[in-house]
Amino acid sequence: MTRTADVVVIGGGIHGCSTALHLALRGLKPILVEKDYAGRHASGVNAGGVRQLARDLAEIPLSISSMDLWEHIQELVGDDCGFESHGTVLVAENDAELASFKERVDDLRLRGFTHEEMIDQAELRRLVPAVSEHCPGGVVSRRDGAADPFRSTQAFRKRAVEKGAEVIEGVTVTGLSRVGDVWRVETSDGAIEAPKVVNAAGAWADRIAAMLGEPVPLTVVAPMLMVTSRVAPFIQPVVILRGRKLSFKQLANGTVVIGGGHLATPHRDRNETVIDWEKLAISARTVWELFPIMRQATIVRAWAGIEAYMPDGIPVVGKSSTSEGVFHQFGFSTHGFQLGPGTGAMMAELVATGSTNVPIDGLEIDRFRKKR
Amino acid sequence: MFKRLGDTGATLTVTIDGKPIRARIGDTVASAMLAAGIDHCRTTPVTGAARAPYCLMGVCFECLVTVDGVGSRQGCLVPVAEGMKVETQLGKREAGR
Amino acid sequence: MNASELASSYDLVVIGGGPAGLAAAATAARAGVATVLFDENPGVGGQIYRGITANPVRNRAILGEEYWAGSALAAEAKASGASIVNGATVWSLDRTLTVGVSIAGQARMLTAKRVIIATGSLERPFPIPGWTLPGVMTAGGAQTLLKAQGLVPTGRTVMAGNGPLLWLLAAQILRAGGRIEAILDTSSRLNWLRAAMFLPDFLLSPYFKKGLALLREVKAKVDVIPVGNVAAVGTDKLKEVVADGHHIPADLLLLHQGVVPNVNLAIAAGVAHRWNDRQLCFAPVLDADFQSSVPGIAVAGDGAGIAGGTAAAERGRIAAIAAVRALKPDAKIADPQTARQRLQREEMGRAFLDELYRPVAALRQPEGDTIACRCEEVTAGQIRETARMGCEGPNQMKAFLRCGMGPCQGRMCGLTVTELIAEERGTTPDEVGYYRLRPPVKPITLGELASLPISEAERKAVER
Repeated sequence: MTRTADVVVIGGGIHGCSTALHLALRGLKPILVEKDYAGRHASGVNAGGVRQLARDLAEIPLSISSMDLWEHIQELVGDDCGFESHGTVLVAENDAELASFKERVDDLRLRGFTHEEMIDQAELRRLVPAVSEHCPGGVVSRRDGAADPFRSTQAFRKRAVEKGAEVIEGVTVTGLSRVGDVWRVETSDGAIEAPKVVNAAGAWADRIAAMLGEPVPLTVVAPMLMVTSRVAPFIQPVVILRGRKLSFKQLANGTVVIGGGHLATPHRDRNETVIDWEKLAISARTVWELFPIMRQATIVRAWAGIEAYMPDGIPVVGKSSTSEGVFHQFGFSTHGFQLGPGTGAMMAELVATGSTNVPIDGLEIDRFRKKR
Repeated sequence: MFKRLGDTGATLTVTIDGKPIRARIGDTVASAMLAAGIDHCRTTPVTGAARAPYCLMGVCFECLVTVDGVGSRQGCLVPVAEGMKVETQLGKREAGR
Repeated sequence: MNASELASSYDLVVIGGGPAGLAAAATAARAGVATVLFDENPGVGGQIYRGITANPVRNRAILGEEYWAGSALAAEAKASGASIVNGATVWSLDRTLTVGVSIAGQARMLTAKRVIIATGSLERPFPIPGWTLPGVMTAGGAQTLLKAQGLVPTGRTVMAGNGPLLWLLAAQILRAGGRIEAILDTSSRLNWLRAAMFLPDFLLSPYFKKGLALLREVKAKVDVIPVGNVAAVGTDKLKEVVADGHHIPADLLLLHQGVVPNVNLAIAAGVAHRWNDRQLCFAPVLDADFQSSVPGIAVAGDGAGIAGGTAAAERGRIAAIAAVRALKPDAKIADPQTARQRLQREEMGRAFLDELYRPVAALRQPEGDTIACRCEEVTAGQIRETARMGCEGPNQMKAFLRCGMGPCQGRMCGLTVTELIAEERGTTPDEVGYYRLRPPVKPITLGELASLPISEAERKAVER
């Protein structure tokens, strides 16, 4: 039996679920197809950072529109998603770093963006009392925070269904073809026909794009995270570094999540990742130096979600360059979680109306062809 | 709760929360605590409930204690040593302990 | 041996120093394979032969001759030339056969050409009201204290559950001069119906005579009360045991309802597991040589499915012979046929025991406020409700309730959570599956991890 819908959304990460929700809110009937279950990969197991800080210029409008939604996430999805806002702090480890941060913040101000703010050593120590004394200052984005990634993705999924979206899990897309003026999406559980298709398939999105004759240079990556057992609360903001790879956050339950982008080996056809402990040891040494208080904390788990990385480190968002009615929303390059709410809203607008008020210039899929 | 089967070998002294107890060479921290009649070794981080060693084979993580300043050690896997300082572990511990 | 003395690679890494690990290491090392055995306990023997090399119990009759059989295995391994490292915790193993191990607070990564996981079994969760109270302990725990430290329960001791280990421990406590107020036997009479068809095999097995004698020995001295439920009652510690209307004041309650494979390391390494409905647990999918779905990794001993200590040693030998043949095709090594025959004899009668001591559903699938996840204090009621609301698997459950995310990494709740979800959703445990397990399978401190030697690649990256 062939099912029909207004839009087929491929991929049940936070992006696919958010897009499905926003499409449903616009009165359209989306069917979301997910090969495992919603939030199984990067969206469910990332560090949960809700960060505007240190973003590429091309992403800032999406990031700001997302932040507005995060701050009212309960109203949007009926769940607070564990979202808490204590800011993100980019810590400078020396004066040269601090000077380069200032250049960036000044540049943003000239462009009209004020969410990044320089802080001196006194303010850094006020915000992050446990930080090592060698750090001279940094940058803060005060509205930033963190949320529970799996819970957030599930909340978007649940609300999308409540608003009329259909979510089909455990089903793989096997083909994509144009039949008259609709797209026929072949799946492991029958076909779905719809005039519009959104490719939000994350680490598997290149396979969907390839079905459209639109190859993209996507790399499959698996950024590693580790978490400690519960320790007494000692830090509120999320802390990130520039010179060395580190992101550091204490959750409300006392556990500390340590990440920063060291990569595991992904096996995307097995849904499996192999942890690289020698690289995690680098993170451990960085934490050892930055937060002496953490030296005897115990690490209880390390993991990595499988996701897509683009050569320029920014996502592919917008219309397909080859296929009328197809839209791309993938390649968030290890920092897509915060962008989920706003990108879904923007994408629903783009799908429904053909245009959007949120600037997405620079994120087109054909940028990779142009460069060559 | 437990008694020793006869006189079984050389003894040494460890302290539990500052209080000296006699232990036997061959004891683990958990067995020494049980032999000394100490009825719990930690409180939980979630509700603060008292817990005691449960499996004695390293799988249940109930016997977590602080040993010589290092927190969350499995008491049933750590052999006692003369002068070892053991502390019971209270719920939400200090960071790094 | 300390961590810095370890080689960076071995032909064979054996993980676990119980009968399977000892037999495997001895077999391989004797054939000239460079073998290291890591065991996290202070001495080898595993749980069944716990403390075998430094036992404080002088009266051999207390623990019984079966226990002392472990001495020969330990001696054989020691003489074989294998490197045996105690106090060594393996916290990571992956499909590239990279092993993460810590010794005395120092961590190392090393590689293996073959790995034999011999991490044995652990006691099945026994989630009853009050099972987290101080004064409640596993029977295996009490047996460990007896074997390794010569500690015998004093005061009012009650035992509850079923299974061969429960009866063996009762006998050992009595022989050591201890006293048991009562044994609450939780076996279902209906089990006899299922077990009966396997009785002929059991009558021929080595367990029959020994088992019968043990039962007689215990029942002569202790009240055995058949019960359908058990609860531990007390505020800060155990005060009494309540079962089917019996109220028994107690200082110590020892629980046991069988053992199940200790799957954490194997699952974290990517080894495929399947639900075993007779043993009510997950066990690895293995071939006749105990090789797993991950090339180069074998699982021997009770970790391969419960069969007991003697069988474990034979499995260890078979797995090691396969490793030797793969690594050194020219090495002189015994044909595994002898070991297979001995294994078959040992495994005879196991089905009877599995069915006879099959734990009842009420004691595997608790309800209401009874804690299922001890670490995060998640109740059975919460798990059931979350399953009813649509949560389909243990990994989603982890994300919703944090069950299985504490330091024990699901060892105490994994089977309970799987069975509860299966029951609530009207499906099978196999369909529900188990926790995806992540390394480190034993927690390590940040300092330990930071102590990993800096690799060549990293040094270059820093210098650049």
